[in-house]
Amino acid sequence: MNLESQVRPYPTRRSLLRTAATAAIAAPLLSACVTGGKKDDGEAVAGGEKTADNPLGVKADAPLEVVVFKGGYGDEYAVKAEAQYTAKYPQAKVDHKGLQKVGEAIQPRFVAGNPPDVVDNTGAGRLDIATLVAANQVSDLAALLDAPAFDEPGRKVRDTLLPGVVEDGTFAGTTVALNFTYTVWGLWYSKPFFAEKGWAYPQTWADMLALCATIKKTGVAPWTYQGKYPEYINDPLLSMAAKTGGLDLIKAVDNLQPNAWKQDGLVQAATAFAELAGQGYIMSGSEALSHTEAQAAWCQRKAAFIPSGSWLESEQKGVAPAGFDMVMGAVPSLTASDKQPFAAVQAASSESFLVPAKAKNPAGGQEYLRILFSKASAKAFAEANSTLPAVAGATDGLTLSSGLGSVRDAVTAAGSGTFTYRFRTWYAPLAKAVDDATGELVNKRISPADWSTRIQKAADALAKDSTVQKYTR
Amino acid sequence: MRHGRWRFLLGALVPALVLHVVFVLSPYAQAFYLSLTDWTGVAGEAHFVGAGNYARLGGDSLFLDAVRNNAVMLVVVPVATIALGLGLASLLRTRRGSAGYQIVYFFPQLLSLVVIAVLWGFVYNPNTGLLNSGLRAVGLGGLTKSWLADPAFALAAVMAVLIWSSVGFYVVLFRAAIDAIPAELYEAALIDGAGSWTTFRRITVPLVRESVQVAFVYLGIAALDGFAVVQVMTVGPGGPDGATEVIGLSLYRNAFTYGKFGYASAMGVALFFATLTLAVLALRAGRNDRLELA
Repeated sequence: MNLESQVRPYPTRRSLLRTAATAAIAAPLLSACVTGGKKDDGEAVAGGEKTADNPLGVKADAPLEVVVFKGGYGDEYAVKAEAQYTAKYPQAKVDHKGLQKVGEAIQPRFVAGNPPDVVDNTGAGRLDIATLVAANQVSDLAALLDAPAFDEPGRKVRDTLLPGVVEDGTFAGTTVALNFTYTVWGLWYSKPFFAEKGWAYPQTWADMLALCATIKKTGVAPWTYQGKYPEYINDPLLSMAAKTGGLDLIKAVDNLQPNAWKQDGLVQAATAFAELAGQGYIMSGSEALSHTEAQAAWCQRKAAFIPSGSWLESEQKGVAPAGFDMVMGAVPSLTASDKQPFAAVQAASSESFLVPAKAKNPAGGQEYLRILFSKASAKAFAEANSTLPAVAGATDGLTLSSGLGSVRDAVTAAGSGTFTYRFRTWYAPLAKAVDDATGELVNKRISPADWSTRIQKAADALAKDSTVQKYTR
Repeated sequence: MRHGRWRFLLGALVPALVLHVVFVLSPYAQAFYLSLTDWTGVAGEAHFVGAGNYARLGGDSLFLDAVRNNAVMLVVVPVATIALGLGLASLLRTRRGSAGYQIVYFFPQLLSLVVIAVLWGFVYNPNTGLLNSGLRAVGLGGLTKSWLADPAFALAAVMAVLIWSSVGFYVVLFRAAIDAIPAELYEAALIDGAGSWTTFRRITVPLVRESVQVAFVYLGIAALDGFAVVQVMTVGPGGPDGATEVIGLSLYRNAFTYGKFGYASAMGVALFFATLTLAVLALRAGRNDRLELA
């Protein structure tokens, strides 16, 4: 052993400096933690002057940072909008980030108080929007909604959006997010397959059951669903209930009213799906299939119907054989006294864009969204991605594929009859309870009465929980 | 350059220690603090709520499901893995070509747990999976199940994957321990007329006891986790209806889906103490009757 070094237990000057340097590098990492003490709040850029050409008062030379989800739709559409922004404000430096894990990247920046100016909070790793709202991390977009639309003079941004888009981003009366794509839920089938077999899409549940009996005799399973994720079969069930009970039923559910899940409409819809399962109309094994497996089986004509949202067609690109020509139909009506017509569809917007409350350039962020939500930008998006954007009339004049065409027709036929439940975004734990219960229901392990009782119990527990921020509509 | 050694040691140690403190110890300490707050994961501040998060754990039925499932896994996975590992290792002692087998048994260890879960997901597919197709092929079609979607079998299916993926490693570990046993003991047993079962029970098992103990700790920790396989493979995930829920999954869901980082931290701290207790108990057990070989 080196004796000299042992009698000198003091750190040398150099190692001390080295430690200090390492600590200095590590310190900013720690200060990004919530336990790291006081945050610097970041100073927002003072806004520019508001003019007719610049209704949001953008400061022309303020830099803009945009973070978008680069998933199935890519991020080309966002880059195009940024190019337009730079064309209008040549002095502004635009920083673009197209990411797959948006949540991971922006969560520490929210905590540290230096978020980007625009965030597309989408994808599997997105942050829970209700949590962001409760933490006051998102800003009010009212000024943007009331500003004139970018390429439709005389109309406000608010009036260019499809029904429900503004409501989808509204929490406790404040609109904090704008969703760029429009999703419609329904039942999908192959039009040529049905024509070949002489099957007609049923408008009532009685017709559906009769058709299922016919289909089953041909050796094809009438239904399949993405069993690994029971929320897929929830959608038609809840749509059916919403048609029977109307908006009042949906509001009671979303507002966590006592016995909301015991309303007739919901119990009847649960009974209908229990019967579908009980008659053996669901392809056996569906309950364990992932969405890709179930949808592949459906594309191989092993099952006639599958429930899904309007993303199905682009998801099945390369899987669906040529000439499969899938189309979406509205969920059949359960009773003759339904409060909403057969054409009513569950529709909601997604791909949510927000401007963080602590953004450095909030006016620029809103201006960017005004450009992104212009008709021209939305049209280019629809053309590139065969997906319905949230801007009305964006698909006018475009030649649409069979699936997207059927979705647009469904939206047109529904008119003002689109509806959506908000509890899934407001109360994620309740959504989980509903999914679990429905999975059990369609596997015949619980009765429709048990289904409504156990969901009601979860809803009651949530209503009583004072730590959860509540919303009403 | 005699004193250069001290400087070198410090220079090598300090960065590693600093990294350890920043990325391991500090997050642990912060998790303890966060478990006493209502932090949402995105808020700039966290409010102190005392032991409230821990009190909620007892009333969270999904968390209780997770505790029950982890407890079952804690018993079944180590016992089955060690039994299989020890059995195979002692068979390898007496068989020719054992090196080849040893490599084959080790294969699963080379795959990421996520890959294993995805592959087994295909095996368990009720319509086209290897397992059900195999059963039908040998005329046992009546035994086919929707393995991962049937609450009675889902957890067993998950445990089978965990056992399959870890047995190989313990075969190698026990094989090394068995190789360290002096051959004279086996020869003496053979001369005394002991059969292979008696040799296994009276010589092999007592002399690899310490390896078994270590294996028990590692496997116990793996059984208290199980997150990756459950998250990738099961219905829901964690289903059907909580049948395969594990603590790690509850923690993940509360933190990243529900934005309840404070509550999730409380789960993490509870899991930390469970793991610590397990390790201490397993290492204490049988410490007194340690066998020493000359």
